Amino acid sequence: MLDDKDRVFRNLYGLGDWGLEGARARGAWDGTKAILEKGRDWIVNEMKASGQRGRGGAGFPTGLKWSFMPKTPERPHYLVVNADESEPGTCKDREVMRHDPHLLVEGCLLASFAMGAHAAYIYVRGEFIRESERLQAAVDQAYAAKLIGKNNVHDFDFDLYVHHGAGAYICGEETALLESLEGKKGMPRLKPPFPANVGLYGCPTTVNNVETIAQAPDILRRGAAWFSGIGRQNNTGTKLFCISGHVNKPCNVEEAMGIPLRELLEKHAGGVCGGWDNLLAVIPGGSSMPLIPAGPDQADTLLMDFDGCREKKSALGTAAVIVMDKSTDIVRAMARISYFYKHESCGQCTPCREGMGWMWRVLTRMAEGRAHKREIDMLMEVTQQIEGHTICAFGDGAAWPVQGLLRHFRPEIERRIDQYAANPHPEPVRVAAE
Amino acid sequence: MAVRRLAPPEVQPKSFAFTAENRAWAEREIAKYPPGRQASAIIALLWRAQDQCGGWLPEAAIRAVGDQLGLAHIRALEVATFYTMFNLAPVGRTYVQLCGTTPCVLRGAEDLKAVCRRRIGDEQHLSSDGQFSWIEVECLGACVNAPVVQIGADYYEDLTAESFEKVLDEFAAGRTPKPGPQIDRQLSAPVGGPTTLKSYERT
Repeated sequence: MLDDKDRVFRNLYGLGDWGLEGARARGAWDGTKAILEKGRDWIVNEMKASGQRGRGGAGFPTGLKWSFMPKTPERPHYLVVNADESEPGTCKDREVMRHDPHLLVEGCLLASFAMGAHAAYIYVRGEFIRESERLQAAVDQAYAAKLIGKNNVHDFDFDLYVHHGAGAYICGEETALLESLEGKKGMPRLKPPFPANVGLYGCPTTVNNVETIAQAPDILRRGAAWFSGIGRQNNTGTKLFCISGHVNKPCNVEEAMGIPLRELLEKHAGGVCGGWDNLLAVIPGGSSMPLIPAGPDQADTLLMDFDGCREKKSALGTAAVIVMDKSTDIVRAMARISYFYKHESCGQCTPCREGMGWMWRVLTRMAEGRAHKREIDMLMEVTQQIEGHTICAFGDGAAWPVQGLLRHFRPEIERRIDQYAANPHPEPVRVAAE
Repeated sequence: MAVRRLAPPEVQPKSFAFTAENRAWAEREIAKYPPGRQASAIIALLWRAQDQCGGWLPEAAIRAVGDQLGLAHIRALEVATFYTMFNLAPVGRTYVQLCGTTPCVLRGAEDLKAVCRRRIGDEQHLSSDGQFSWIEVECLGACVNAPVVQIGADYYEDLTAESFEKVLDEFAAGRTPKPGPQIDRQLSAPVGGPTTLKSYERT
């Protein structure tokens, strides 16, 4: 198990003081100036050497992303922090913002310095009203202590603003987030141009997840070797896992990357309800990722990191583990996820706008068995027509969970169709308990 | 996509203007963005307008915010109808946003929905006393504390039908119950105490 001293988020559960005093006692803002004095290139190289991959879902190497920012200062540069955490299952950034906000503030300063940005915006999702207030309070403390702002103790003018959203999952997509930040509807932009060239207000911009940025100060303070020594190659460091659903003790926990799923659930979350053998399936990385069923070469041997999930044809995403035991109506559960995507589609691309509602309606019928077996293949085909044919990755993220369901639970859908065909009924039939 | 329309004309007030206090606040909000980029403040201003109007956004308020930021009215209307936390019709003083996405459903959100239907009535309708209304929302982002509802700015977590009833009773009596987990639990730590960070508990 990861040692406590190797954990980055040392106030994850809010037992200590979130403010500047408490953060300093836990090591934040220590030697920040010395890090800045080592220069931009040192910071970017150290981030590259640490092997940290973005914690927001896509897993893009952070140092590499930072290095894409132009070196010439002819236009303002911006750092934008994506705190629009809305992926179902995910609730880690919330804890960082309300319990360890100074790690995020310090990370913003370091990352902005590394990219030559003198202003940064943190885009907090609309529902997180209290978290946004807490974060603003931490920013105010940092201003008052002259840690950030004009003429601060770090000799690097830097302004940090908290921007509060108003409820739109799609604003977690980086270009939709920038549109929203500019005061428009959150509709993703075509890429290229990428934000590193044309981002916020047409200026070079980097968008990073909260956890990614909040880990940066510790990585730079303790050194890349410390971070890359945790986890496996290409999957280094620690990660916040959110364990929800059918476990005895759902919780957030910071663990080393690559921890086996079973160990993660049994050590921290009290195990699957009814024991490991009662596991039906697990979604390893937030609702956009395909589910992984129970089984010796599936969930039993799943390692929780980018490559481990990829081996099982899923992805780590945000590391939000949604556990479903055998009492779950799996088709209905996935139909509800499809409804989520129907509700949250921004409506810009036709395959997504029309396809989401179509998939939800078909899945709802399938949950009751009111379908034809040929429709299963048709549904698969539709998911493939959505995947990769939209401006942003929302279409992929909505198609994958349905594909995962069809890949692993086709016999279950066929069984329900047979059951309904044997006893057609005008009223919806509940084939299994929720 | 969620289809969202403005409230019918008969409930729309004729005019809207920020109070002096809110106007000053709006100026500070606009100053967060570079000159000429005042449009960025639209979400913040609409939030404040919604608060001033008692929890919903009348058309007059949307137009007034557009005027203040120098935006065409349609731009302001686009934003107000796109973001689902802007209520386009009146809501109850106690406005319950109930998370109905899969992680909450797995932990019993359907039971909470039944409580809402019985005590408050149909979704997006005011209760008979005019105090409550409720809506099913998509993931609130507190999944390890499922099932969750948001009432006003606060989250009520780890609910059961019984504890949810108690929370609603408190609001009905004009009090504000304590937000956060409604069971014995330290926020997002496992029930029974954290498995990690034991050496940091007192910092």
